[in-house]
Amino acid sequence: MPNTKPRRLRQVAATSVAVVLGATALAACGSSDEDSEADSGPVSLTYWSWTPGMDKVADLWNKGPGKDEQITVTVKKQASGDTLVTKILTAHKAKKAPDLVQTEYQALPTLVSNDVLADIAGDVDGVQDKFAEGVWQQTTLGSDAVYAIPQDSGPMMFYYREDLFKQYELEVPKTWEEFAETARALKKKSPDTDLTTFSANDSGQFAGLAQQAGAKWWTTEGETWKVGIDDAATQKVADFWGGLVEEGAIDNQPMYTPAWNKALNTGKQIAWVSAVWAPGTLTTAAPGTKGKWAMAPLPQWSAGENVTGSWGGSSTAVTTDSKNKSAAAKFATWLNTDPAALTALAKEGGIYPAATTAQTSDAFTEPPAFFSNQPDFYTQASEIAKTTAPSAWGPNVNVAYTTFKDAFGKAAKDKSDFGAALKTMQDDTVADMKKQGFEVAE
Amino acid sequence: MSSLAVRKAAPAAGTTPGTAQGPPLRRRIAFVPTLTLLLGAIYCLLPVAWVVIAATKSGRELFSTFTFLPGTGFAENLSDLNAYRDGVYWKWMGNSALYAGLGALLSTAVSALSGYALAIYRFRGRETVFSILLAGVLMPPVILAIPQYLLLAKADLTDSYASVLLPLILSPYGVYLARIYATAAVPSDVVEAGRMDGASEWRIFTRVALPMMIPGLVTVFLFQFVAVWNNFLLPYIMLSDDEKFPITLGLFTLLEQGANTPALYTLVITGALLAVIPLIALFLVIQRFWSLDLLSGAVKS
Repeated sequence: MPNTKPRRLRQVAATSVAVVLGATALAACGSSDEDSEADSGPVSLTYWSWTPGMDKVADLWNKGPGKDEQITVTVKKQASGDTLVTKILTAHKAKKAPDLVQTEYQALPTLVSNDVLADIAGDVDGVQDKFAEGVWQQTTLGSDAVYAIPQDSGPMMFYYREDLFKQYELEVPKTWEEFAETARALKKKSPDTDLTTFSANDSGQFAGLAQQAGAKWWTTEGETWKVGIDDAATQKVADFWGGLVEEGAIDNQPMYTPAWNKALNTGKQIAWVSAVWAPGTLTTAAPGTKGKWAMAPLPQWSAGENVTGSWGGSSTAVTTDSKNKSAAAKFATWLNTDPAALTALAKEGGIYPAATTAQTSDAFTEPPAFFSNQPDFYTQASEIAKTTAPSAWGPNVNVAYTTFKDAFGKAAKDKSDFGAALKTMQDDTVADMKKQGFEVAE
Repeated sequence: MSSLAVRKAAPAAGTTPGTAQGPPLRRRIAFVPTLTLLLGAIYCLLPVAWVVIAATKSGRELFSTFTFLPGTGFAENLSDLNAYRDGVYWKWMGNSALYAGLGALLSTAVSALSGYALAIYRFRGRETVFSILLAGVLMPPVILAIPQYLLLAKADLTDSYASVLLPLILSPYGVYLARIYATAAVPSDVVEAGRMDGASEWRIFTRVALPMMIPGLVTVFLFQFVAVWNNFLLPYIMLSDDEKFPITLGLFTLLEQGANTPALYTLVITGALLAVIPLIALFLVIQRFWSLDLLSGAVKS
């Protein structure tokens, strides 16, 4: 091909280089300083949340108190989970995080250590009294700062099939020892039926159980972190469940699978260690068992104790990227403490509020439809919620959770030593923190 | 779709030598490929059948009845899906169609231009450009999503339709395919003849080369369309407004609603089923362009 056109192409190349340079220049303009506060005049805020119906709750604000304050909130619905934390971190890198984010308690240290969350202590005077001590403490990370307002909480409870417990002549276990006995007794009476399963696919459950036993997975002393995943309390919990799995007293298949749903539906599994939100999960997982379940406090480590852990729950936080932090804090406070807001949240989003007064409000006089056989469901729930043990989250809960899924998932499948899996979880978590540059005490 | 085609093609090719070998052997050989073919078909179609059947089940039936027993809730599932957040599902469907349709079209246009240029013109650095493109083909687009987000954030383009469309326009694989195809389908003599007749380079490209490249470009378009339709991470990082979500993201939000709200399995399954229909329709409509002869319309020297 002799008749080529080098000149034309060179022009094209030059033009494209110019375009790229232009874009870079444009980009440079965009990233000017954006730290200025502008807390007067009409303000509009964006809020990333996964709670269903949050837009309707925000409308209550926009038409009510928000109108007087000239603060408009727009909800952008997100998918929940660790992926959202990644998305928030990415957005923050570009200084584009929304004003408000919904975040699970265990993600707070990760976000704080990446400087995503603003300290709103100055804007939330007196709010602390509305929440149980163990819940509030999660939003301060043990400091004087306040990084979020608690929204919902997930006190753990014991759910069981009332009818089948009667049929198999089982007592509701009050201690973990009785729980193990119940599992064994059931196996004897009906070898195909399991009391419950040990599942490694939701780390929050194990974390809550360890919390109940008194574990403190992350603690700080000055600037130094101490990781206690492999502490005596957690070892006790791991050995307990590992033992039950090894002797075959309970199942070892993961939960939230179609097979698990089927087992709950057909009465092959007759109990579930879960949290206050379990009725919602059971509604879709085991729709055929409506009205046959009952809820009781979590079994205790020693008789007469009264402690529970928490599994799930989330908070509302203000980001450092927000230009209207005080306005955002005002909305977060209203959302999680105002009776009207909390009633709407409970109705639209099905959440169990963290604010203690709301737990006994009008929205919670009736039991969940799935538990219509237990009229005092929410009265009991609010009593249990008061006994929530404090939790201690660190900056890399996601890493600990991932190792839990891998190590314990494998141990449960092989019915092997849970203690070794716990050691792996501890070692990987410490190694990751050191890699991230945290000072970790041995 | 494509994996099915490949699966079918491989054993089918194996039957040809068998035919020459006399009846007994032929029967034996024909049995094995047929079985393989059947197994392959079952392997590919079983999940599709599951989705179709599961979409007919109501929430009560989904996990309690036999897996392949059709349920009674299809109409209910459809109306639930339609009612969810005032029909936001159809908005997602429309967004997906926009991202995939417009994105694939733009990407095909860019691929056609650059593929043609790389195939026909000789210039310094051509092979270097092509090698870089090849490297781009090997680079999974997933790892580019976050850098692309940071880049577009600087231009204040995130959370917009453009933020999803722009990164899609340049597809190394599309350019690669277009170049390979242009090399094979557009003879240099034809381009030469066009120049002799005094046609401009642009006219030669649009009037002469482009029609010859159509079958190849249809392939590029289809590949891009499917890739964008199934794309998850890029829109996930770019978009925060769920009115702009494509269907993949929308269905994800239905699944991940937080611990206290159950996943809307029936809606997700029905939504996933409906989301495949446009893809199937597109393949059926555009398939015929593929059968065109590689060199139809070209002069042979």
